[in-house]
This record gives sequence, structure tokens and C-alpha cells, in this order.
Amino acid sequence: MGKYCASWSACLILLALMTGNLVRADDAQTEGLRIAQERKARDRGWDNSVAEMTMILRNAQGQEATRDMRVNTLEVRDDGDKALTIFDSPKDVSGTAFLSFSHASEPDEQWIYLPALKRVKRIASRNKSGPFMGSEFAFEDMTSFEVEKFSYRFIRDDQFNGDDVYVIEQVPQDEFSGYSRQLVWIDKAHYRVRKAEFFDRKGAALKILEFEDYELYIGKYWRPKTSYMFNLQTNKSTKLVTHSLEFKVGLDESDFDKNSLRRAR
Amino acid sequence: MFLRKIISAGLILASGQVWAEWELGGLSGLENRYFLQDAAYSGQERMQVSLFIEPELYTEWNDGIDSLVVKPFVRLDQQDSERTHGDIRELVWLHVGDNWESRVGVSKVFWGQTESLHLVDIINQTDAVESLDGEDKLGQPMVNLRVFGDWGTVSGFLLPYFRERTFAGTDGRLRPPLPIDADAALYESDDEQQHLDYALRWQNSIGDWEVGVSYFDGTTREPELLFLAQNSESVTPYYAQVEQFGLDVLKVQGAWLLKLETIHRRGQSEDFTALVAGFERTSVGVFDTSHDLGVLMEYQFDERTDNFFANGQNDLMLGLRWVFNDLDGTEVLAGYVQDLDELATYSGFVEASSRMSDQWRWKLDAYFLSSDDETDTYFYLRRDDHIQLTLEYFF
Repeated sequence: MGKYCASWSACLILLALMTGNLVRADDAQTEGLRIAQERKARDRGWDNSVAEMTMILRNAQGQEATRDMRVNTLEVRDDGDKALTIFDSPKDVSGTAFLSFSHASEPDEQWIYLPALKRVKRIASRNKSGPFMGSEFAFEDMTSFEVEKFSYRFIRDDQFNGDDVYVIEQVPQDEFSGYSRQLVWIDKAHYRVRKAEFFDRKGAALKILEFEDYELYIGKYWRPKTSYMFNLQTNKSTKLVTHSLEFKVGLDESDFDKNSLRRAR
Repeated sequence: MFLRKIISAGLILASGQVWAEWELGGLSGLENRYFLQDAAYSGQERMQVSLFIEPELYTEWNDGIDSLVVKPFVRLDQQDSERTHGDIRELVWLHVGDNWESRVGVSKVFWGQTESLHLVDIINQTDAVESLDGEDKLGQPMVNLRVFGDWGTVSGFLLPYFRERTFAGTDGRLRPPLPIDADAALYESDDEQQHLDYALRWQNSIGDWEVGVSYFDGTTREPELLFLAQNSESVTPYYAQVEQFGLDVLKVQGAWLLKLETIHRRGQSEDFTALVAGFERTSVGVFDTSHDLGVLMEYQFDERTDNFFANGQNDLMLGLRWVFNDLDGTEVLAGYVQDLDELATYSGFVEASSRMSDQWRWKLDAYFLSSDDETDTYFYLRRDDHIQLTLEYFF
């Protein structure tokens, strides 16, 4: 010890500074985790939902294409949600349906139904960083938020559009995620995600996601009407607009299996 | 339903005197086939244009517990009168219970996991004049009951009517030197097309595994070809009574999908086992793009040595699936199948397609066939390499 410190008192001061930093880093993780847990806790109990959505895809040249779809979702306690997505347009993919069971710590399970062949195909869910229907949303962006999927660190207090927010860092626990980390802006009033920034595996900024026009459903659950994902590296973007959304419509497990996938239309 | 053309067809249902709404959708297309070499047999042309339409009508009642699909199909072919044909692809009433569902009528079912061959898939007859890949099927009359639970899905079928495989006529390409006369079919059973077939299947997802076990008893979908007389001007398909046991398995192994299908069939001129097994491995975001690239490899094995339709006797398929993830949904699938016994016997295909608008899509298919072996199916088709451009209109 003496080799690094001029005197015992200097050593003690250095030690105090080091542990102080450690404690502060520890605090940042605890606070990050608390925010994530509170975010999840405030969004429990919605049971199931049915939504009609449009994705507007835009390439770097400004050309646009739309995808219409319906998304049925089932909340699964202590695990990831189940979702059945049915595509209505473009016409050549109309009737194609996608079933996913997302899991908190296990790999997700996914199937796609191809109506022309009447074939249900299992998908390798490790490819979660791949684009969902050619959009800027990756498969992993479309799955439910689960606390176990990330480790957390509180970064700073900030403001977003005039509201007080926490900025936290999320590091995916899954080595096959397309992201090295994410920065997430969560408002202090309702623990809603207002903005997220995604960094690729090399650490470079990749995409920015912004949620707009939050609406309150059945007096408890906030959902954005518009999600806007912008790719900083390609200048491509995708806007996801929710036209209608209903909660507690009476869906259960049997509406989220391969038989319901085959019947989906 | 959402963003769909809804037509009030004015059908009054006996049950509730309600006006049922019919949804109309479907597909039609203009197809142009161009054969790269002069024909091997007289009567055949190099250019073949055709038109097809496949509308689909759908209605449901009792809150969707009951539904009806009607899907006719018609193709008009410029050259081949056998390829000018119509079919009822579907005309089926579906009823959904809590843990069961029934389908009564004409319908289509797919079984299996592999890509290069569909050995296990036996319910529907192949509409072989449609395409060389054998993936177009004729509607099959059936009574089907599916029961499901945590243990999987058990599906039982009664198949009261047999559909004969379609074959190219005298004026068509992609046929043996003498055309196969589909209408002259001979049967082992005295009931001929009225023979009642049945089938049973269990399928389940168990963690990373997809497992299916199936059994079929009835008229084989894959005929044997008979040459009845020395001066005969056609070949006759013969449909034996068979039993078929099938197993299909898929395992998700990270980014790999491992696939296997195997069957054992008894009752044709020889009992046999056939197998196809391989993998598909997909990489996302290849070459710093948003493209997905899948590599496929499947090994095909069949104990039969002299069946016209059993080409995968000891063959290896290599394939590439390239998905662009662009606005137009551009996709390319290319494959090459090498016979491991006869190096001069091989085939290749390319299937590419992309969207031109919300309703139009182009499709480019190319098939290449080669063999020096005069007993091989591809020897008969060796001059039938072709490119096919289709404009598809979805409505």
C-alpha cells in the first residue's frame, strides 16, 4: 500500500474515494433497477388486448410503404407475453400470421403461418435482431418488456418535452441481442417510456425510438398512439400507429396456440 | 373485417335471419413460360402462356365460431389442354369448440418440416401440371376433427373421395416421351375413387422441438406408371392401396433449424422407407445490410430404385434463401440438387419475387434439369429447362 500512497492518511483518503465511487455505482444500479421494476409494476394486470395498427416504412429516398396488421396480446404473469399478429396488407401477405411467446430469460418461441401453403413454420428466435416485416423495428423490439431481460444503471435526471424524466441505461442480458446497450427516457409521473436510443454491438448509436400521444386505457394503462423509430445509420424510419386498442376482451391461452394461428384471419 | 372489401352478398342464414357478410379476396395472374431448348417430343412448343384466377370468399357466423371458405381455381393454358383446368381448392365449413375444431368439406392440409421434399404430407393430391415443385395441391374432400390440449393436437381425417394427380398432356412440356393419361387411372381397390381413406396425426411443440407422428391408410397419392401395351400412346397411372407411417421433427438449435422427415410405406410394388434430413441456418444483417441470408442443406434418401416420382434416392440439396427486408419484400430462393450416385444427374431452381405495388407482385422462377441416365426421370425432362415469369394480382 505504501508504494502507492505517500502516507497512511493519504491511503485512507484514496480508499474512501474508491469505495465512495463503488457505492455510487451500486446506487446507480439499484436506482436503475427500481425504475425498471416500477415501470413493469405499473403495467401489470391488463390481461389481454386487441389492437389494429399500421406500420409506415420509409426508406432513405423517402419512398413509403404501409403494412396493416392486427395484434392480439395475452399478458403472462412472471414471464414474457404471448402475441398473435395477423397481417392485412400488403395484399400478398394478407392472412400471414405470426405467433410469439416471449420469455423473460429463456429464448423466445416463434411460429409463422403461411396461408397459401397452409403451413405453420417454426422460426429460429435467436435471429431477434432481424427486422420485423422489413421495418426498422427488430423482432426483439416487438416483444414485451420484462425486468429480467436487462441489467440497469441510472444515468441522470433530465427533462423530456417539459416533463421530468429518469434516463437509465439498459444492457441486454441475451448475448444474441442486436444491441450493446439502450438509453431509456422514463417519465417520473407515470413511468412511461418516452424515448429510447439503441446502440449496436460495436457501441455506435443505431436507432432512436420516440413514443407520442400517450392515452390512458381503462383508467390505468398508458399506451402511445404513435411509435417512431429512426435508424441513424441508414436514415430509414418506421412509424407505428395504433388505430384502435381494447383491453380485457376475453382472450385466453387457447387463442394463442398453433391451432389459433392456423385459423387466424 | 379491417381494411378488407366487405361485400353484403345478401345471404340469409337459416339460424338467425341475419345478413351474412362475405369477404372477397384472392389472386390472379398471367404466367409466361419460356423453355430454353427445343422440345424433346413432337407436339411440344417453347413458349407457354397461361392465365389463372383463384378468388376466395369467406363468411362467418355465431361470432366466428362457424365459418365458410369457398375458393375455386381456374387456369387457362395456351398450349396444354390438360393444364387448362379448374378445381375447388376449398369449400369448407369450420366449427371451433373450446378444445376442438371440425372441418367438413373440401380443404387443404400441410404436414411436415423439410423444404426440398414433402414426404410426410399425404392428405392432398399434387396438382402436378401447376408447377415442378409439387407444392400446388388439389382440394381434398374430408371430415376432419382436431382435438388439442397441453399434450398437443390430434387430428383425425375421413377422406371419402380420391383426387387423381394431374399431368401434362401431349402438347405440354415436362412429361415423359409418352404422356401420362391421368383420366385412364387404374386402382387396386374396386371402389376406385370412392374408396374411403383415413388418416391420423399427432403434433406438438415441446420446448425447442416440433414433433409430428402420422398414419395414413388408403389410396396412394403417388401413382406408379404402367406401360400397358406395346403400341400404347400413353402411360397409365396405377394407384395402389397403401399404409404410410410418418415422422417429422424440427429442432431449434440457436440460429439453426434441424429438420427431419421420414416415411415407411407399404402396399405399392415394393415396401420402402424414405428420408429427408438437414438444416436451415439464417444469418440476419449480412454484409452490413438489413438482409437475411439462410443456408439450407438437405439429404434425400429413398429405397425405391425405379419409381418415376422418387427422385431423391441418394441426393443432396444445397440452397440459399435471401430475404432483402426492403419495402417491396424482395426474396430469392435458389437451390441445387445433386444425385450422389450419378454425377450427371442434377437439378437446380431459382425462385425470386418482389412487390410492384400493394396489389401487384412479379415472380421469376427458373428450373434446370439434367441427366445422362436413360432410366432417370430427369433424362425424360432434360430438355425442359425453363424460365417462368408471373405477374400476380392480389385483390
